[in-house]
Amino acid sequence: MLLELIGLEVAYGGIKAVKGIDLAVARGELVCLIGANGAGKTTTLKAVCGLVYPRAGRVYYDGDDITGTPSHRPVARGLAMVPEGRGIFRQLTVEENLAMGAFVRGDRQGVRRDLEQVFELFPRLAERRTQSGGTLSGGEQQMLAIGRAMMSRPKLLLLDEPSMGLAPLLVQRIFQTVQEISREGVTILLIEQNARLALEIAVRGYVMESGTITLAGPAAELLADPKVREAYLGEIVAAEPAIERDRA
Amino acid sequence: MRDTADYLDQLKRHPAAMWLGFALVGAALAALPFVVGLGGQTWVRIANLALLYVMLALGLNIVVGFAGLLDLGYIAFYAVGAYSYALLASPHFGLHLPFWIILPVGFLVACVFGVLLGAPVLRLRGDYLAIVTLGFGEIIRIFLNNLNAPVNITNGPQGITLIDPVRLGSLSLATTERFAGLTFTGPVKYYYLLLVLVLVIIVINVRLQDSRIGRAWEAIREDEIAAQAMGINLRNIKLLAFAMGASFGGVAGGMFSAIQGFISPESFGLFESIIVLTMVVLGGMGNIPGVILGAVLLSVFPEALRYMSPLQNAVFGRELIDAEAARLLIFGLAMVLIMLFRPAGLLPSDVRKRELAMRSD
Repeated sequence: MLLELIGLEVAYGGIKAVKGIDLAVARGELVCLIGANGAGKTTTLKAVCGLVYPRAGRVYYDGDDITGTPSHRPVARGLAMVPEGRGIFRQLTVEENLAMGAFVRGDRQGVRRDLEQVFELFPRLAERRTQSGGTLSGGEQQMLAIGRAMMSRPKLLLLDEPSMGLAPLLVQRIFQTVQEISREGVTILLIEQNARLALEIAVRGYVMESGTITLAGPAAELLADPKVREAYLGEIVAAEPAIERDRA
Repeated sequence: MRDTADYLDQLKRHPAAMWLGFALVGAALAALPFVVGLGGQTWVRIANLALLYVMLALGLNIVVGFAGLLDLGYIAFYAVGAYSYALLASPHFGLHLPFWIILPVGFLVACVFGVLLGAPVLRLRGDYLAIVTLGFGEIIRIFLNNLNAPVNITNGPQGITLIDPVRLGSLSLATTERFAGLTFTGPVKYYYLLLVLVLVIIVINVRLQDSRIGRAWEAIREDEIAAQAMGINLRNIKLLAFAMGASFGGVAGGMFSAIQGFISPESFGLFESIIVLTMVVLGGMGNIPGVILGAVLLSVFPEALRYMSPLQNAVFGRELIDAEAARLLIFGLAMVLIMLFRPAGLLPSDVRKRELAMRSD
């Protein structure tokens, strides 16, 4: 397992946001963690990155216990994060933002090559290379955030709600790219409210509800699960047979 | 700045022109004390004061301009450097250490104080950071003011007198000497020492800005969480900014001690911190040439006002405004005007320009 959470518990003051969850991502997998607003998804991710200190439980990354270590350390070991709200350096240009993504790397030539690769992945960013990050549209900023994370040549990519605030067409485009990145061999943990899209591209999924994992399994199974469909895909499961009868 | 950058690029393609430019600027700087010295040694002293402020402003620029950490107590490091020098080279403790020992000591002590201030404020930003640093500056001043009992360390409000001038080997910088037909007075010699120190600090600043450290500062100034996600060690990089800024302040303080020969806590009040911050903001936060310009203008300006009354007498036959008394008023007015017409500073950095352009969009 590249990433493994065991009995992770996180609390803000007295309120438990994550109540002891187990989660694992194997090398090369694309795993999604879905759930409603406030279910504890982002908190889980923050605990993995060392941005909050867990109250109990352990986080293992690439065989090492990284529980509570400051975030720059796992980042130097190939863990890349696209933070919630993208975290673009607004006053830096697109190119400077991308260069910042390669901060932990020393190989200048490799960085230059990867920069061109990111521009291939997102031609839109190439057009805007000298524009400052803050002037980009929401979708472009999301591309920039993902591209920037890719600049560190990550083993594990953590994505926090890449669909947030984007038009449906753009979301499709972003998710396609996420899938492409996954096919290139990067392990991905995708955190999403848009359950359908996330489950469609993921191999496995976890469903989180008020701080606990309520369901887990292969993405296809979760997509078919009536509970998931009712709660997260907005379908009225009980009414289905009736519709079928009408058709017949 | 774009134009200047392009211009510099062009210069780089013509190394001969670049070196000629450097030579001209160097010659002008070298000749400066003799030129302004024609108007009296006071003007050389003013030039020295301007150089001290350039050092201070460049130091504060690291903290405020590069790392984006608003520090309102910066003058404390100037004080720490000044007192380090004074205590190690005055009859107060009977110590008279040589300059090349005191300078690094002042540098290191200020550096330690920078970390001491930096460590507890790692999690603070913006207004909260400003308030804590303001308090820190005052704490240092009040300590200096009261550390004369039970053990007399700083000699309290009386300050420390008879501080040794800088001596480099057998050469004392306080005496007047004639050499190659030119008269090198004390202030002129200090001018050259200060000039060398300022040049060293400028080179360090330029190198820092272009380095990985410079980029890390840029990142934490923009977004701390994203900076951490880039693998930047937030704690170390912030402490480094405080320590580097503080140590330049410490060096400037040591030089101040040596030049003045006398220091007391009242030289290190809040107003001084604000003046230095003003130099940074007015000149162009984060832009080295801008900060230097701001420091030179604002340190020479009050001195120039002294010449206002003879000028008014000559033009109007009597003194209309007492420029000396209206100093702060004129100062404030100039600030307001500059901020209205050049809100990013006189020579803004590229990034600040972008920021302002974005806001007006």
